[in-house]
Amino acid sequence: MSTQATSLFTSDLSVVNVGLAMFDRDLTAQGAQVTTLDWTPPGGGSPEVLAALDALEDPRVAERTDAANAEAVDRIVGARPMLVGFGRAIDVVPGMTPTTILHAGPPITWDRMAGAMKGAVTGALVFEGLARDLDDAERLAASGEITFSPCHEHDCVGSMAGVTSASMYMHIVRNETHGNTAFTNLSEQMAKILRMGANDESVIERLVWMRDVLGPMLKEAMEIGGPVDLRLLLSQALHMGDECHNRNIAGTLLLTQALTPALLQTSFTTEQKKEVFDFIASSDYFSGPTWLAMAKAAMDAAHGIEGSTIVTTMARNGVEFGLRVSGLPGNQWLTGPAQPVIGPMFAGFRPEDAGLDIGDSAISETYGFGGFAMATAPAIVALVGGTVQEAVAFTRDMGEITTTQNPNVTIPALGFEGIPTGIDVRKVLATGILPVINTAIAHREAGIGMIGAGITHPPAAVFEQAARALARTVA
Amino acid sequence: MSITAVVKKNTYFDSVSLMSISTRANQLPGVEQAFVAMGTEMNKGVLSNLGLLTADLGAAGTGDLMIVVEAGEGADHAALLSEVEELLVQKAPSARGGADTVTYRTVDSAARAIPEANLAIVAVNGAYAGREARKALENGLHVMVFSDNVPIEEEVRLKQLAHSKGLFMMGPDCGTAIINNVALCFGNAVRPGTVGVVAASGTGAQEVSVRIHALGAGISQLIGTGGRDLSEQVGGIMMIDGIRALADDPGTSVIVLVSKPPAPAVQDKVLAEIAGAGKPVVVYFVGGSEETVTAAGGHFAASTQDAALQAVRLGVDAHAAVDELAAKQVDEVCARLSPEQRYVRGLFCGGTLCDESMYALLEVSDNVWSNIQKDPGRRLTAGSSSVGHTFLDFGDDDFTNGRPHPMIDPSLRLARLVEEAEDPQVAVILMDFVLGFGAHEDPVGVTLPAIAQARKIASDAGRHLEIVGYVLGTDLDTPALAEQVAALEAAGVTVTRSSTETGHFARETARKAHRA
Repeated sequence: MSTQATSLFTSDLSVVNVGLAMFDRDLTAQGAQVTTLDWTPPGGGSPEVLAALDALEDPRVAERTDAANAEAVDRIVGARPMLVGFGRAIDVVPGMTPTTILHAGPPITWDRMAGAMKGAVTGALVFEGLARDLDDAERLAASGEITFSPCHEHDCVGSMAGVTSASMYMHIVRNETHGNTAFTNLSEQMAKILRMGANDESVIERLVWMRDVLGPMLKEAMEIGGPVDLRLLLSQALHMGDECHNRNIAGTLLLTQALTPALLQTSFTTEQKKEVFDFIASSDYFSGPTWLAMAKAAMDAAHGIEGSTIVTTMARNGVEFGLRVSGLPGNQWLTGPAQPVIGPMFAGFRPEDAGLDIGDSAISETYGFGGFAMATAPAIVALVGGTVQEAVAFTRDMGEITTTQNPNVTIPALGFEGIPTGIDVRKVLATGILPVINTAIAHREAGIGMIGAGITHPPAAVFEQAARALARTVA
Repeated sequence: MSITAVVKKNTYFDSVSLMSISTRANQLPGVEQAFVAMGTEMNKGVLSNLGLLTADLGAAGTGDLMIVVEAGEGADHAALLSEVEELLVQKAPSARGGADTVTYRTVDSAARAIPEANLAIVAVNGAYAGREARKALENGLHVMVFSDNVPIEEEVRLKQLAHSKGLFMMGPDCGTAIINNVALCFGNAVRPGTVGVVAASGTGAQEVSVRIHALGAGISQLIGTGGRDLSEQVGGIMMIDGIRALADDPGTSVIVLVSKPPAPAVQDKVLAEIAGAGKPVVVYFVGGSEETVTAAGGHFAASTQDAALQAVRLGVDAHAAVDELAAKQVDEVCARLSPEQRYVRGLFCGGTLCDESMYALLEVSDNVWSNIQKDPGRRLTAGSSSVGHTFLDFGDDDFTNGRPHPMIDPSLRLARLVEEAEDPQVAVILMDFVLGFGAHEDPVGVTLPAIAQARKIASDAGRHLEIVGYVLGTDLDTPALAEQVAALEAAGVTVTRSSTETGHFARETARKAHRA
């Protein structure tokens, strides 16, 4: 007692004030240092969630959990994802069959799919030659002959609808540190595209060209040029003002810079090479999916650590938001309703046209870029309300719910602090701060495509479920 | 419906800015639909689908900005267009959320970021208070829990944790402390000095500190242990740690212990600490026994006033003295009462002030009822009407559940004052007015209308109603003591000079009224 009390009696008071702001005023008037918290009831005030949180924060449990989380973030930070090749899904993706359609988010059946996903599925069935036309594709999709499965359950991620079929070309990203591999398909670039739910002839035609020209050329280029260190490229892109989820200008240039010498050496015609470069130049999104596979390779390495409360997956299928947590191994999805995305829209569209949050791309934020690295991308602050300060505040807030900072991927404007890394379920519930996700907005109906971009959050319910499930495993 | 289209040559905006501008343009009054975009093939395709692609727009290049405004018949297109163009001019960012202000959401993050932090005040709903206090202790912070309604099991766990870490866990249910001359939560502005106080009672602690100040002395440290610290369950953990800390504190020359009636076994445990303190220890436990205290080597105090006086005499000024209550003052009051007026009604904010007056009256009558009565047969609840002599502690959990403490929100007490004035058997109404940090900014002022109403009710019925007020405060408080006393006296209220004197006044008037 005596030493602690004596040191209190001989120190200047520095008070952390929890709850009543009026005490701040009184204490300040008396010359004490005061820090008043921006406090909200933890766990949203639910006694059941609070009990789960208390169980997880019990010192004996917390000691094990903290160690498990340290291991998890070590794996995230230490993962070294390398782009090693490209290949057709049927050839490279585990468990892929000619009649499998992978989709974004947690598991969902055809009848419950959002408009954008249905549009993408029917387009993919036509593209694969499994259906004559879109009507036939709808019948087939509903027939039970098609296997629908989440990308995440096949080492894959898919942006927006995430629809991936057998003959689509995939990035192959190998995590050199931990030996696992992740896959994602190629960027289709512009707005009227399959992953956004568009499926007309122009969309299918582009997919055919990607299958016959772009994909094989990339595959051959990688065989010539060898692996590309994606974490290094991501880090450079952040320094150049991308947050690598909604802004991909710098990343696309860097990736193109890395691939171009090998692309030029491939056996394709100059005309075909020009088509590829024109395609890359047609939008800034070319590198978008590449970062998703990079993040997936790192996050999978951190999944399945006993007792860890680190989030390893955030994914949405347009109807439900799904969460996976390291300490709940395998494919244990915690789900809640997909949320609206708030942000500016392309000319000609209105908020009522928007579908709900969709895509596996929130693997960006799960790793620590995208919305978490908003402070590094002042050029797109319009997505978060308009000011650079607000963008910085988003990154700072994410620091409150994460375990560490990634020293390999840093933010110059914050004195080269690392990106916030390792979302901790306990911290999300204790602070009431939900992860922020930068994302695109797809039209609510099939066949139209992208109509805007903005930010969204997971439903709090998925974290509450996670806390209860984790508390059960430690009890 | 009519449409205006403009192409601004060589005007580039990035796509995110354009989405934002477009969204705002669509919200302009009078605009049916607005389209602001670069002249890319894709954007021209969208316009074509909407049937809006004119030849001019079709000729726009990727470096040209297209503005298309669709508005109702008769709209002023030129004006709308200029409003849209204004959106293209970026305004300076708003000052909202300055880059330098850092806010923390949790004790963990604040404690991490502020290494010199040494104490946490927890004033959240009782259901969450334990958790926040635990977090603070785990981060090595001393804690003051202001919240009420914290389960006692939780209090025991927290205090055991605090004890094991050598930290103070002050409160709950006693929102008063003075650490290093800084009053925490409820507290008065008193001068620094050498009297250390450990108190299991909030207003008891305030009263003792104010009386010590009135005697010209001052406070070294005042540790509020929580109102239940001396219960069987808690076992005096914090009072014992407090005594030890003050015993070790070179700035403290004498120690005062204050509590409502403790559990006997706990009292013994606490008193056993006195011998080893190496400093004089004055003990005021409401209703406590002189023998027990003296046998343990302590100095027995019969009242808060007595506790303050003895502490000052033992540690600061051997000649300190206070004036006694004048018998004449009581006689004058009793002379004005009718035979029917026999009872005292005490309406208190402060638990110990209530207890002290009640114990004074118990010396002359058994007919004493209260929400804090130890005798369960004479216990009242928040909803009960008064019986005989009634003392209500409006700061008790029963009254505060879900609402602010009466020291902040006086509404329940004001209503009760008017109600008591209707009762023809009431002779005297006692009220305390607590000044200081955390308290209402003008406790007397906010009560004056109810006092006037109560007095009018009595006088309309042909009775004299004696209202006795005690203001707990110092000349350093805001508002100052003298100001509040003057306002009470102007309203015809008899003002007492201490909590102890208030009790004596109640006891003596009750004794005389009964005799009559």
